Amino acid sequence: MALSDEDVREILRLIDESDVSELRIETDGFSLHVVRGSAQRTAHSAQEKAPHSALRTPHSVNGATIDAPMLGTFYRAEAPGASPFVDVGTRVEPDTTVCLIEVMKMMNSIPAGVEGTIVEVCAENSKLVEFGQPLFRVEPA
Amino acid sequence: MSLARVFIANRGEIAVRIVRACRALGLECVVGASQVDMDGLAAELADRVVCIGPAPASESYLRPELVVQAALGTGCDAIHPGYGFLAENPALPRLAEENGVRFVGPPPEAMELAGDKLRAREAAASAGVPVVPGRELSSPADAEVFAADAGYPVLLKAAGGGGGRGIKLAHSPEELHSLFGVAVAEAGAAFGDERLYAERFVADARHVEVQVAADADGAVVHLGERDCSVQRRYQKLIEEAPAPFLSTDTRDALTAAGVAFARAIGYRNLGTVEFIVDAASGEFFFLEMNCRIQVEHPVTEEVTGRDLVAEQLRIADGQPLSFTQDDVAFDGHALECRLTAEDASRGFAPCPGRLTRFAVPDDIDGLRVDTHCRDGALIPPHYDSLMAKLIGHGRDREEAIEIVHEALERLEVEGVETNAGLLAAVLDHPDFVHGRMTTRWLEEAEAGRSPSGYTRLDVERRHQNAGLDAPRR
Repeated sequence: MALSDEDVREILRLIDESDVSELRIETDGFSLHVVRGSAQRTAHSAQEKAPHSALRTPHSVNGATIDAPMLGTFYRAEAPGASPFVDVGTRVEPDTTVCLIEVMKMMNSIPAGVEGTIVEVCAENSKLVEFGQPLFRVEPA
Repeated sequence: MSLARVFIANRGEIAVRIVRACRALGLECVVGASQVDMDGLAAELADRVVCIGPAPASESYLRPELVVQAALGTGCDAIHPGYGFLAENPALPRLAEENGVRFVGPPPEAMELAGDKLRAREAAASAGVPVVPGRELSSPADAEVFAADAGYPVLLKAAGGGGGRGIKLAHSPEELHSLFGVAVAEAGAAFGDERLYAERFVADARHVEVQVAADADGAVVHLGERDCSVQRRYQKLIEEAPAPFLSTDTRDALTAAGVAFARAIGYRNLGTVEFIVDAASGEFFFLEMNCRIQVEHPVTEEVTGRDLVAEQLRIADGQPLSFTQDDVAFDGHALECRLTAEDASRGFAPCPGRLTRFAVPDDIDGLRVDTHCRDGALIPPHYDSLMAKLIGHGRDREEAIEIVHEALERLEVEGVETNAGLLAAVLDHPDFVHGRMTTRWLEEAEAGRSPSGYTRLDVERRHQNAGLDAPRR
């Protein structure tokens, strides 16, 4: 499938109306890379997404980290011995479960809240994490 | 001491106070703070601080599961709840116990009994402790039968209320009828318990409370009483020990009644049995029991020379009381003023903000200041507005008043408004000096209806940056 000039204009119009600062579209034999302004695509873009994701998930994505939305015991896997939900290099969507936080035997699934790639695991498995403590560092998509 | 590390589930001055008691006993301590309190003094003084949640108390300080989880995760073997927040919520001791963590306070059963005002009244009556004539009500008509007998006005109280909450005063059958429905609805909504009871209204009452201490072996002693009659909207402002202008007979009967009640309900640790004393007749009646350390505990500490928070920790550790009734002696008089961040010009509305300056004089003999405030400290809008407790300990009441008065005059606070001017004005007032205060006195004096008709309380006197603009006594 190819994009017509009309399609591209339509895409640019949509981008103008949105908060997106950068967009990459790739189809067979066609690629479009749009960058708004100087396009400092860093933690900034993740921060701009935060208000949206905060509506769907109880926690905020601070800069490029996924922070603990509650105090509790941090678990990287569903059960002892199981493979971790995510690891360095894992691509996550906002609703990807990245870990569990246990509060008095209540297991809370924690979604990423952001789209990107895990670049660092910042908390230790089965240890206490505090409210707001960074759990993962993410390179936003 | 078998305890090693204490989790402090509170904030502000009481968290600082508990840290100091832990230090005195050689215990480590961890403070569980909300996000806005992470830079507070208690957090700084403790061995460790953990952030238990965001600023709203409903998402942090009021969550037993977060507190117990944080205590377990930091290797604490006891939880001190301070006052307020979870201090009298039986869910915390239950959950702590289930998880093998000691609770620094009474057993949950005693807490539940004391928290049910109707059951507490019954327990008091069967322990021979006088209660205000009253009973549970089944209907508005039933309330009218009671009121016709007891005489108007009558108080309508929620069985699940306490600390001044859930109380209505009815002056006539019509008012009683209309308040009844409101009171039932409010009691259900606020306390999850629609039961109401009525009490005879004691018009001129003093609030006098007995400090008790009880250990696991069943020993119960008292540490004297405190007068906390200077109140606004049921909130205490000034407390003192011993209660002034009380006959020895009444004092002895009161303290014995406090001990009898604590023993009757199987109380353990430190607690306070509150009474009202009819200023006219000298009769006293059981009001309720507070199952926690209280804001005003320092006045008792000053006159008895005992560290009550350390005693709480020793009792939680399973140790017997470190003193007997005969060991409890009283020295002089102590008086405490609660300094709050409130704006006198806006009806004493809370006045949160950042303190650009906070300094209390450190050269006044007999002055003790319990506070978490300092230059740059934040008074967040999410919690109560208590900034500091100024406690004076002198040979007699007059000297204690002078000490606190001087502290108020020389206090330096910038960044928020405080009630310092009001506190000084009360200390200056002839009614206060001569002991003519009742629980309604402050509100009436502010409205220019001082019982003695003597002096209008000047609440406009304001605390200035350089000190109090108040006349010398």
